[in-house]
Amino acid sequence: MYFLKRLIFAIPLLLVISALAFWLVHIAPGGPFDRERAPASPEIERNLEAKYHLNEPVWKQYLRYLDGLAHGDFGPSLKYRDHSVNDIIAQGLPVSMTLGSLAFCFALGIGLPLGFFTAARRGRWPDYAGSFLATLAVCVPGFVLAPFLIVVFALKLKWLPVALWESPMQAILPMIALGAFSAGKVARLFREGMLNAMQSEFVTAARAKGLGENRLLLKHAVRIAVLPVVSYSGPMLADLLTGSFVIENIFQIPGIGVFLINGALNRDYTVVVGLALLYAVLLIALNLAVDFAYTWLDPRVKYE
Amino acid sequence: MKSASARSRKSEAGNRKRQFDTADKKRGATWFGVPPSGGRANAGVQTATGRALRLSQAFFCLLISAVCFLNAGCIHREPPADLTILNGAEPETLDPALLTGQPEMRIVIGMFEGLMRFDPRTARPIPGLARSVEISPDGRIYTFHLRTNLVWSTGPPITADDVWYSWIRVLNPATASDYAGQLYYLKNGEAFNTGKIKDPSLVGIHVLDKFTVRVELNHPTPFFLDVCALPVTYIVPRQTIEKYGDRWIMAKPLPSSGPYELVYWRLNDKVRLKKNPRYWDAAHTRSDIIDLLPVGSPSAALNLYMSGQADIVWDKELVPTELVDLLLKRPDFHKFDYLGTYFIRFNVTRKPFDDPRVRQALALAIDKERIVTKITRAGEQPASHLVPDGTANYLPVGGLGYDPARARQLLAEAGYPGGQGFPRFEYTFNAAAGGAAEMHQNIAIELQQMWRDELGIHMDLRQLEWKVYLNAMDHLDYSLARSSWIGDYNDPQTFLGMFTSNDGNNRTGWKSATYDALITEANEQTDLKKRAEIFQRAETLLVSNQVPIIPLFFYVGINYFDTNKIQGVYENILDDHPLQYIRKAGRESRVEGREPENANQ
Repeated sequence: MYFLKRLIFAIPLLLVISALAFWLVHIAPGGPFDRERAPASPEIERNLEAKYHLNEPVWKQYLRYLDGLAHGDFGPSLKYRDHSVNDIIAQGLPVSMTLGSLAFCFALGIGLPLGFFTAARRGRWPDYAGSFLATLAVCVPGFVLAPFLIVVFALKLKWLPVALWESPMQAILPMIALGAFSAGKVARLFREGMLNAMQSEFVTAARAKGLGENRLLLKHAVRIAVLPVVSYSGPMLADLLTGSFVIENIFQIPGIGVFLINGALNRDYTVVVGLALLYAVLLIALNLAVDFAYTWLDPRVKYE
Repeated sequence: MKSASARSRKSEAGNRKRQFDTADKKRGATWFGVPPSGGRANAGVQTATGRALRLSQAFFCLLISAVCFLNAGCIHREPPADLTILNGAEPETLDPALLTGQPEMRIVIGMFEGLMRFDPRTARPIPGLARSVEISPDGRIYTFHLRTNLVWSTGPPITADDVWYSWIRVLNPATASDYAGQLYYLKNGEAFNTGKIKDPSLVGIHVLDKFTVRVELNHPTPFFLDVCALPVTYIVPRQTIEKYGDRWIMAKPLPSSGPYELVYWRLNDKVRLKKNPRYWDAAHTRSDIIDLLPVGSPSAALNLYMSGQADIVWDKELVPTELVDLLLKRPDFHKFDYLGTYFIRFNVTRKPFDDPRVRQALALAIDKERIVTKITRAGEQPASHLVPDGTANYLPVGGLGYDPARARQLLAEAGYPGGQGFPRFEYTFNAAAGGAAEMHQNIAIELQQMWRDELGIHMDLRQLEWKVYLNAMDHLDYSLARSSWIGDYNDPQTFLGMFTSNDGNNRTGWKSATYDALITEANEQTDLKKRAEIFQRAETLLVSNQVPIIPLFFYVGINYFDTNKIQGVYENILDDHPLQYIRKAGRESRVEGREPENANQ
């Protein structure tokens, strides 16, 4: 019932988001057809605007856009005139989602064990080393890490390809570059969660009852310690799945992240609004999934 | 707390997260003091760590299986390309009527062809779909004779009707072609495009018979054959366009009139072309499959090239600026003159730049040599005039050089001795992708310093995002602005025409009846020598006397490819390279196996 309510509330939320995105991108100075070379006659620009209804008032364009949306049509791209926004999403999103899922697995696959390890060895050198690594992963931005990885693993060692998106080997470096930040973040969150859980009363009680440290950590502490990681996972996954401009650009990956940024720079109105909506839908859906996961993991949480 | 409302759960989670963050900071200080629990617990931790390791192993297995899944599912089973080219930006469109940029053009000249096409060595127009052309003595009537063996890649013949349709389509307002202006040279071309006349039969293109087209022009236009080699005039398939509408280029099969057919176009990934065996000159097409990849970052381009995943990089935006001195020493980096000029625009409607003496003073105070040796560094030539050296049908004029003494004198005459009383002003430049942004900024800083030191005037820098910058230029919302122009075709008109009073590219507010008259007169002139002289008078007015612009330097083109492996890419002033002549040496046998006559070339 509660989740149904959340779903219904999502619809007006999406409407507000689309309206805001639509309005904001339209009030930005310059338009999609402003070019360095002005057309030979101002009439040409008017032809273009008429073709894409940009000569109408913005509210009317918005209604027209909503009408298209109702039919599952995100409209034509104004910059890539041979493609619709649906084409762009259909081609770019699977790529970004694949890379994002890999990076997500990487973030959890590295972050969780690292967090656990450092928490279990707290106060000793493995903890310092692990925590330093996690902090480093959070601090080093993708546009530094990615070229570094390319120089070391692709150009010097020649283990992996430098760029492109054709074979699985080409997914490894971008996966690491994209997932490193999240991995570090997950490790830190999980380490703190573990430490907090291990100091909590129910763990002390369990320990007093003579429960083995082993069982205690894995069965009881982990379930509570993982909650902050779960909270963070929703937005993290939404972020990873929708692609990264920097990583896609450096590794020449045909994902959706490049389109979002370039769409805004090019005033490609339909692309910007369409991708903003896509991101919003993912975020809403994944937050809902996080709430689901909470009820499953934490017996103290129940929704009415 | 057995049950919590969603709202309180949410805020609780938020609090919890914040607690962790602060706990993290606090703990940093006390780490050393906290001893782990006793020995027994330690043993437990050991095994727990073991489990954690196993957990991470499981995740890695998951990861590896995901990669394997990718391997099975997503890898494209396709033959390798004979040639892989890094082509610059993602093409905005492959519709010849709509494209405006060079990356698009370089692909489209493979897929379609016009009455003329580009000579691969000189980029001058040579017969394409037209076998021959007759030009009337007054230079206004062109009669094109088509080859009689022309067919679309799908089989049907290409005839004069297709030419008529393709050109009328460009001029049709509903097509909304940015470059429709290239066909304004046709009689009634502009009137039809702007909706003043509705009947396409009044436009100056007529089908005489199946293989003959007659074109009537407004003026003798000596570069009209160049225009006939521009993609905007290429011949496109009527039936496909009428059937599929705006997105016809994605139709399958897509009829092609050029040497290559489109296999696929995956956005931001690649455009793959394969040889069109029905092309009239297919015997001379030298590569079977060509991949053209869009690349956004110069370092990615360089990495791909250096690791052998790309054969040719042919966009000068794809040369990392910080490495340009080093790279140009390599034998596989090729630099050549290019039909483009970097210049500064004045907004002459703003004081004190309404005074030509002020504009001249600013121009004379710039040490352009210093800009090209210190900042651009790719061997650009300093420019004192707008039309680049080497432009066809023209000999350039001399403009204003570097003469700070005269600059100070002119500024004093204008009422600002030693820069006294000269208002602070702004220099507008755009943010750009890759290394260009840095170059614009460094040039701006250099100018700021030169003008302060030589003239005692003070300038502020104003960097704008690209579209905002274009908007500011269009509305004359600037004082000085960095600008550039790349010629559309190889003729002075493409540079000088833009500063006529009503041209949309003028963007300076400068209007001169004398200048307009000179340009009109030049375009009425059939004698090329006289025409060049009139253009020279116009350019002298522009760059020496009135100075609404200050040319800084001429661009160079830079391509990189190994000449031992790649044949058929020639340096030319338009940096145009028809795809069908390019071949990679390692692939030679394949092509020659099928076309033995090529072996003699």
